[in-house]
Amino acid sequence: MELSGAQILVDSLKREGVEYIFGVNGGAAMPIFDALYDENDVKLIPMRHEQGASHAADGYARATGKVGVALATSGPGATNLVTGIATAYMDSIPMVAITGQVFTDFIGSDAFQECDVIGVTRPICKHSYLIKNCEEVADVVAEAFHIASTGKQGPVIIDIAKDAQRNKTTFKYPETVDIRSYKPQVNGDPTQIAKAAALIKEAKKPMLYAGGGVVLAEASEELQELTLKTQIPITVTLMGLGAFPETHPLAMEMPGMHGSCCANYAFTDADLIIAIGARFDDRVTGDLSKFAPNAKKIHIDIDASCIGKNVQVDVPIVGDAKNVLTELNKLVDTADIDPWRDQIQEWKQKYPFEYEQKGNKVMPQYVIEKIYEHYSDAIVVADVGQHQMWAAQYFKFTKPRKWLNSGGLGTMGFSLPAAIGAQLGCPDETVVNINGDGSYIMTIQELVPAITMKLPLKIFIINNMYLGMVRQWQELFHSKRYSAVDYHDNPDFALLAQAFGATGLRVEHPEDVEPALLKAKGINDGPVVIDFIVDEEENVFPMVPAGKGLGDVIRGLS
Amino acid sequence: MDKEERHIFSVMVENRFGVLARVVSLFSGRGFNIDSLNVAETHDKSVSQITLVTHGNAQIIEQIYQHLNRLIDVIEVTDLSAGTHVEREIVLIKVATDNAQKRTEILQTAEVFRGRVIDMKPASIVLEVTGDEGKLEAAINIFNTYGILELARTGKIAMMRGATN
Repeated sequence: MELSGAQILVDSLKREGVEYIFGVNGGAAMPIFDALYDENDVKLIPMRHEQGASHAADGYARATGKVGVALATSGPGATNLVTGIATAYMDSIPMVAITGQVFTDFIGSDAFQECDVIGVTRPICKHSYLIKNCEEVADVVAEAFHIASTGKQGPVIIDIAKDAQRNKTTFKYPETVDIRSYKPQVNGDPTQIAKAAALIKEAKKPMLYAGGGVVLAEASEELQELTLKTQIPITVTLMGLGAFPETHPLAMEMPGMHGSCCANYAFTDADLIIAIGARFDDRVTGDLSKFAPNAKKIHIDIDASCIGKNVQVDVPIVGDAKNVLTELNKLVDTADIDPWRDQIQEWKQKYPFEYEQKGNKVMPQYVIEKIYEHYSDAIVVADVGQHQMWAAQYFKFTKPRKWLNSGGLGTMGFSLPAAIGAQLGCPDETVVNINGDGSYIMTIQELVPAITMKLPLKIFIINNMYLGMVRQWQELFHSKRYSAVDYHDNPDFALLAQAFGATGLRVEHPEDVEPALLKAKGINDGPVVIDFIVDEEENVFPMVPAGKGLGDVIRGLS
Repeated sequence: MDKEERHIFSVMVENRFGVLARVVSLFSGRGFNIDSLNVAETHDKSVSQITLVTHGNAQIIEQIYQHLNRLIDVIEVTDLSAGTHVEREIVLIKVATDNAQKRTEILQTAEVFRGRVIDMKPASIVLEVTGDEGKLEAAINIFNTYGILELARTGKIAMMRGATN
């Protein structure tokens, strides 16, 4: 029997085990949405904006480890997906984004809602396909899922012309995918792994530096084994939080611009850095010329192009973190580094994350502490800005895939739609969305599908009536010239939530924080929004100013 | 800064639309320059060969190599400058020949470079010169003294010497 290209697309998604597809309908994608109308296995989740669809697919992927799928029409639908695709690309999130395209004969004619989406997305995706014939659909879907989910993961775009959606052919899904030009290297070179083990043995001040790659490779257990076996202190980046329990004595917490002094001093003093699925990002290293000047570097990464990109590496190991760590763990023993461990403990004790209570203000850090107290097992989806840093600092993550945030691209507006994807992917978990007043309103429209689906999201807004992180930089580096950051014209988010049809609460006093959080716990027939009106001019510390070395960390203003 | 070097990459790619754009945008997106570029089908119709000349310090060249390798449609990348290789380029030069004496001189000069005459008109002549970069530069310099009317270069093609795997 012959099927339409759109039906073949949906059947192919089914073969890939896709549960949800997040989309916004439009002209050039109508045959696909039509095919999804009667579909029970692949559930269509209509979002209110394509950016929301791409972030929801991304959040689903981050929470579950499976490939997230977004769907949009041509032209503006496709361009609206772009921010979400770039967000996923920067954090190596497996995603397939499907866009309708105008009829093949119209391509290149400036047809209505036409856009060269392949051209637009070329630098922000792992790979892309333009389908002009329905015969290609099944093979392309199989390849796209294979590419998105293997090697260094990332978004793949399938742009499919409307005639390819409508024309019919027989459906035959490929049993296996073999792409001659794509063979990711997953096993590390044994000689290099042995060299790494030898360096670890010699080191007097070694430290582990683990990133999001550990989470993506499902290598948390192996990382924990390495840490516990060697007893080497460990710092886990913003993207990797939860890969190693932050409550463990060896954990130095997050490094970098707003990381712990302990981790930053350790980098500056270490004689060996073992980087695993981390990429020496500028927000971690600060001024590269002052970064870890005394340390040899071992760098384990699935992406060869990531190694040696920012820092010179002594032992590069290309491979999947899980495989490489399994092999490395066989070669290491407890490190004889007591004085170094003592030094780390001293820094840890001396410089914890801390803040001062100002009068009767609700301090943002206090809100995070209380969220942690009451929702310690939740999946936390943060947005981008000060609240993100405070959440990373004061929430102690102990398991992977419990902390979702846009670390690489730093996309404001990411979190609410991503929380929707995470909640659908993990229906038995509590999903907490920690948002900012600036970022919340960027994708606030996605409250609608969350309410429609009765998702019990806990949406906590850390509302300081400013674009807080930018205001902080203006305070410190632009003589308090608060250009375009004053958000005192914010609407009342509690009332606004009620207008949407959700529960909305407003908290203005410290003593009301806990009761509100407890109340939110009991509301599970839909989202609850709590607008926490916090101290307006609190800053995130510690802080390594941009362009400075990690040793130049500002611990606080006082 | 360590010193900049010219490198010739041979990039075997799937012969499909859009592949060249991926290769080229990798350079433009990172601010790396392409000095010359040549693309053509190989004896296997499903494979195209891109011969690409670029320059940069060791770190940039390594990045270019790794990023080329990372592209899904790239089958194989070889840095030809890393081994002994042969390279050739063709240039077509149209030179003004206003009188018989000048024409004779030009033809004699062409002989020195083993250039071939591929078109001749009363007032101009088109020569084809094949060789490596040094030879072509020398030829262009000399013919420039007669007045070059038009010039077209192919960009380099290159391959490793000896048997390959």
